[in-house]
Amino acid sequence: MRASGIVKRYGEREALRGVSFEAEAGELMAVIGPNGAGKTTLLSILAGIATPDEGEVAAPDGEVGWVPQQAALYRRLTVEENLLLFARLEGHEDPRASVEEMQELTGLGERRGEIVARLSGGNQQRINIAIGLLSRPAALLLDEPSVGLDPRQRSRLWEFVSALAGRGTTVIFSTHDIQEAERYGGRLLVLADGEALFDGPPDGLREAVRREAPEAADRDFETAFVAYLHHRGH
Amino acid sequence: MRGVRWLLLKDLQILRRSPLQAVLLIAYPILIAVLVGFAISRGPEKPRVVFLNEVPAGTRISVGGQQLPQANVKGRICRRVECVVVHDRDEAEAKVKSGEALAALILPANLVNKINSLSTLTPGVPEVEVMVNEENAVKAELVDDRITSLLAQANLAIARRIGSEGGRYLNLIVNGGNFPVLGETIHILGLRASANILQAVTPALPKPLRPSLEEVTNFAAQARDNLDVAKPLIDRLAQPIAVDKVVIGGESPPLEIFAIAVAATLTLAFVVVLLVAGSLALEREENAFPRLTRGLVSTSGLLGEKVLLGTLVGLAVTLLMLAGMQFFVPLEWSRIGLWLLAILVSGAALGAAGAALGAAAREVRAVSLLAFMVTLPVAFLSLVPSGAVSSTVFEAIRYFTALFPFKPALQAITSALDEAGPGIGGPLLHLAILFLAYSFIARFALRRFSSV
Repeated sequence: MRASGIVKRYGEREALRGVSFEAEAGELMAVIGPNGAGKTTLLSILAGIATPDEGEVAAPDGEVGWVPQQAALYRRLTVEENLLLFARLEGHEDPRASVEEMQELTGLGERRGEIVARLSGGNQQRINIAIGLLSRPAALLLDEPSVGLDPRQRSRLWEFVSALAGRGTTVIFSTHDIQEAERYGGRLLVLADGEALFDGPPDGLREAVRREAPEAADRDFETAFVAYLHHRGH
Repeated sequence: MRGVRWLLLKDLQILRRSPLQAVLLIAYPILIAVLVGFAISRGPEKPRVVFLNEVPAGTRISVGGQQLPQANVKGRICRRVECVVVHDRDEAEAKVKSGEALAALILPANLVNKINSLSTLTPGVPEVEVMVNEENAVKAELVDDRITSLLAQANLAIARRIGSEGGRYLNLIVNGGNFPVLGETIHILGLRASANILQAVTPALPKPLRPSLEEVTNFAAQARDNLDVAKPLIDRLAQPIAVDKVVIGGESPPLEIFAIAVAATLTLAFVVVLLVAGSLALEREENAFPRLTRGLVSTSGLLGEKVLLGTLVGLAVTLLMLAGMQFFVPLEWSRIGLWLLAILVSGAALGAAGAALGAAAREVRAVSLLAFMVTLPVAFLSLVPSGAVSSTVFEAIRYFTALFPFKPALQAITSALDEAGPGIGGPLLHLAILFLAYSFIARFALRRFSSV
């Protein structure tokens, strides 16, 4: 998946200022930055929900799966009914088989008959992701997928997402949890005020911190990251 | 179309999962049907009015020294209201003050004497007393109307009785007859017989006296002829103006059919507008809208699905309500084809309006409130008849209500229920135009949903 010179304006405010990157198949890329950095806007443009004012997006062959920050599913339907509805809307030849496959993948087979509203936030997010996967995407976009999850749920979520990337799906996720990005992201794209400040592996970001904010180089990753942003004027 | 089918199924599943909504959708039309049914089949209750007659028993109105038969004023009044009998003024006042009775009508002891004085040189002013408790403006207006109407009835009854007696005396003067005085019967010759006698005796009189007698004879004939004319005049005096009603502007359906049409349209409007607006707002509340419109279904398809959902549920609920009304008023089921046409077209236009509301607001609660705030006043204003308000205000109401589908839907459903109603073509065309206009507005407003 490739983005070239993406610019997005909301009135006079520039939410994205010429952001470019390229993600390979099977890559797990984290888009990080403070609130209002432009993470959700970038993912919305990559998903095709919003259109850029300037620049281009080149999606891989096949669908681009999109998992919004807040679970986009029907809370009064059961797990199975949600999956079946979206499988039918996707036009699957055998929607019930797709539902079985997704229930197995998410580990929610035993809870298929439960109303979604009664499930925990973590399980709702798993269904949210499963719906995003129903289109069998070549690339999957996750907007802050771990928000509101407890550590155990978060761990299961990343195990699941890492497995997807392991099977060749390009996964791009946004987060403002720096430790999570460092732990699960094979590659980091740092955004601040709509500008891409860094694009590379976590070790590369450590190196950049050591170079540009040496006083914070030996601190924890989050403190070092904040010092780096401060040093870059954000 | 494939997506629309699955979304429709999904919305029905959600509706089934919301027992409160489902119960309301069934209970609401049944409640409306029962309320309207009772209202139009039982008629208004008679108002309770205290009636206190202080006129001494046996006192009667007299004309020319002769007592008239009793006019039975109490009987006439108590046919129109539920009379509460009391024994004195204190009791009457207490019943009005407590609200047990709407008003008190008191005939004072000197009422008949004052009526009798009208034919003397020193006429009095006959008065009745009315006690009212004007605790609110509506009640005060109602009491005024009722009392004015009752007194008009009483005055009319007395005037008719006096007129009738006056006519009888005139007849006696013109044609003669027997007349009872102090237990004796005396014979009145009458003008007609007097003139005949005078004409008969004229040839027997000496010629110089004849002209004078002929003058008397002519006077008797003229008086007789003029008094013949006076009799119908006296009769008309009691009710000088009669009503000749001419219907202009087409035949209207019976009141009970119109009431059923109002109930059906109200039910259809609330069900369709709330359901369409709510289910569209739910897509936003569940964050599903962007996911759906990312290629799974077009925004037009989604709008069409919501309008279809509202129209189908509205049709089922309205038919259920009409079936309930059948217990109170027989309906012409042979016209069901027209019913279906009117309900479907009305439902589509109301659904499009609901979609525009649903697209304008983003939360189900907000949109429900908005739907009530729009539908209720529009329905109320649509029922204001011409002449009830000033012409300027009525024109403003006419243009305002024409912008919403309620009034044309009411006209279409009224026409479908009864052939005496206005034609159905105009309202259907009006609804079709509103459907297109609101669909366009909804489509435009839905663009806001796409923003994240």
